[in-house]
Amino acid sequence: MNAAPLPPLEEMDPDLREEIGHCLDQWKDKEGNLIMMLHEIQDRHGFVPREASLLLAEATGVPMARIYEVLTFYHYFKLVPPGKHNVTVCNGTACYLKGAGRLLAELESRLGIRDGDTTEDRIFHLETVRCIGCCGMAPAMVVDHKTLGKLSPTDMAGIVEGIRKREEAENDQ
Amino acid sequence: MMPKTIEATINGMPVRVPVGTSILEAAREVNIRIPTLCKHEDLLPTAACGLCIVKVGGNRRMPRACATELEEGMEILTHDPELTDVRRATLELILSNHPNGCLTCGRNLNCELQTLAGDFGIRQDCIPRYVREQEPDVTTGSIILEFTKCIKCGRCIQVCQQMQNVWALSFLQRGIHTRMAPAGDIGLGESPCIRCGQCSAHCPTGAIVENDETVTVWEALRDPEKYCTVQIAPSVRVALGEAFGYPPGTDLTGKIYAAMRRLGFKAVFDTNFAADLTIVEEASEFVERFVHGKGELPLITSCCPAWVDYMEKRFSDFIPNFSTAKSPQQMLGVLAKTYFAEKEGIDPAKIYQVSIMPCTAKKYELDRTEEMYASGYKDVDVALTTRELARMIKQSGLDFRSLPPKRADSILGTYSGAGLIFGSTGGVMEAALRTAYFKVTGHNLEKEAVNIEPVRGLEGIKSAAVDIEGTEVRVAVAHGLGNVERLLLEVRRAREAGSPPPYHFIEVMACPGGCIGGGGQPYGVSDELRRQRIQGLLDGDRGMPLRFSHDNPEIRTLYSEFLGEPLGEKAHRLLHAQYKARPAYRK
Repeated sequence: MNAAPLPPLEEMDPDLREEIGHCLDQWKDKEGNLIMMLHEIQDRHGFVPREASLLLAEATGVPMARIYEVLTFYHYFKLVPPGKHNVTVCNGTACYLKGAGRLLAELESRLGIRDGDTTEDRIFHLETVRCIGCCGMAPAMVVDHKTLGKLSPTDMAGIVEGIRKREEAENDQ
Repeated sequence: MMPKTIEATINGMPVRVPVGTSILEAAREVNIRIPTLCKHEDLLPTAACGLCIVKVGGNRRMPRACATELEEGMEILTHDPELTDVRRATLELILSNHPNGCLTCGRNLNCELQTLAGDFGIRQDCIPRYVREQEPDVTTGSIILEFTKCIKCGRCIQVCQQMQNVWALSFLQRGIHTRMAPAGDIGLGESPCIRCGQCSAHCPTGAIVENDETVTVWEALRDPEKYCTVQIAPSVRVALGEAFGYPPGTDLTGKIYAAMRRLGFKAVFDTNFAADLTIVEEASEFVERFVHGKGELPLITSCCPAWVDYMEKRFSDFIPNFSTAKSPQQMLGVLAKTYFAEKEGIDPAKIYQVSIMPCTAKKYELDRTEEMYASGYKDVDVALTTRELARMIKQSGLDFRSLPPKRADSILGTYSGAGLIFGSTGGVMEAALRTAYFKVTGHNLEKEAVNIEPVRGLEGIKSAAVDIEGTEVRVAVAHGLGNVERLLLEVRRAREAGSPPPYHFIEVMACPGGCIGGGGQPYGVSDELRRQRIQGLLDGDRGMPLRFSHDNPEIRTLYSEFLGEPLGEKAHRLLHAQYKARPAYRK
């Protein structure tokens, strides 16, 4: 995957620059501040934009390489804008044994993306997690904060289409 | 004061070592080498590979010798059948994540992992292989990252981040997904990488190798339309021999010339000649600035392309301090396609210039700016590393050891001892001071004063006050880019405070030890090896009747016949270049 070419630092979005400035004012004297600043950036944007990391590196003197080591070490941090609708397949032991892999494969082929990716139109984000604590209803998924259980691959079409229909209806309004 | 020592036993033998010595180092005292794939003497221990385990007393634990200090009274056991078994199992685990492609690997027969697999008699894959597929990164054109061959030892990361302070490589993600890569989904060529190749010089496997261009050169040599010429950098001659069983530091200049001719090069030049030329231009620049006040001080050397790239990306406020004199590689290139072509009546369009360099960044320098085409053509067509040249000689069937020595071609081949020591940290400074002294006083340094000892040696930053007949010249020399920042910050502080510069002249080489420790040199770099190669250059210099760049008769002829004056119009057009600020990240 190739990232887009970046503008020079001084030409980057002034709002973003200001935001990083605020962030730094608030955290600069506190220990462990890099992670706290990254949290704040992600809270605001839903992910950590590359430009924000570059500006943060410039402002703090922490190399980009170190910032990305932190960002990629923790699953929590996202480097690409999240999809509007989160589809999370549980791949914990119970779900794994009950066929989570087949659910995932079906979703991947329907959405044309891989685990961890977002569709180009940014409507769907697909990911797996280890356990959502609903082993009794394995295999389970969480779609937009709603837990669905005892699923089979044939249920996937309905779930995906349901979201698409709602999106279309919203756009028509 | 003597350092405090401790006593302990290793394999029943008593050892006495300074406090703080690791078990791994202490074992060398009793002629034991404990295997390791992550610890390198240039670097701090990371305890990543798990091969250097030992037993301490009757303890069941097996601590890692690289990261455990020897303590008073310890009874260490480094080898027994159980330790060998555990080490073999660890190796098998490493191999299970490593492609089985030794025959087509850049490190074949020169790989630390392969050697250990051989030593431990591993004859089959005991653990099913899992290698995550990933395309190599070729975006720098100088070094290639072969991700699948990485064993996650972390050496390259430490080299890039701590030793070189470049921070192009990082350890991304975690667990089985851990990979060494630049920050984000970008190529190394779009990162702060300066192509010094120190990562490749420290990698224990074939995960980071030079971009091998030997095939390109063979094709040029085969092309009857091309007139192939070659130049050899100062530090290549004292390191190439290691590939043919010579001790490090053996000066094989004559044999290398002979090999070049046998490979089919029509003219053999010496980069040392151009080093003398760089010195004449750079020393003239220094005198202009120091004596006549024309231009910023300190003057900073610019013959190391990795350092130039670093400065442009990280310290572009020092551009006015940089010597505009091109590196010897580029000076020789442009003269081969102008002066030499004219004199010999050869169409410069047909000249194909190859350079043999200790360096991976020299490949990048060829296209650095439009000024690298000052002859009207690409001044140097291909830069090969010492390692690539060794390979070409082996492919050619030449029995290198028995080759009778030959001479270089006149007009671009004669050199002084000053040009020779260019390949070592402090060498450019020493050569430049010899010529600057002459330019200021009108006479040469005499006898032992020619040897400017304070700028020699492997200390990371060397500084000295050199007396030029009553005038003090303050100089500093840094090698290994991790040492440079401190020096530059000192200069910047003085500039911002409006005080006189702490130094008048600064030499920087990106690689520890200078070019003799370059990223394209034969493998196995250590301080001992660096010292031996440097000694080879210093011995050569001492043994030469010609010790001053400005006394090189071919340099004098070049100015009188072709260039005119140092820093003159023609010299400027052909031999100088400019710098510009560049972003560290292009994506």
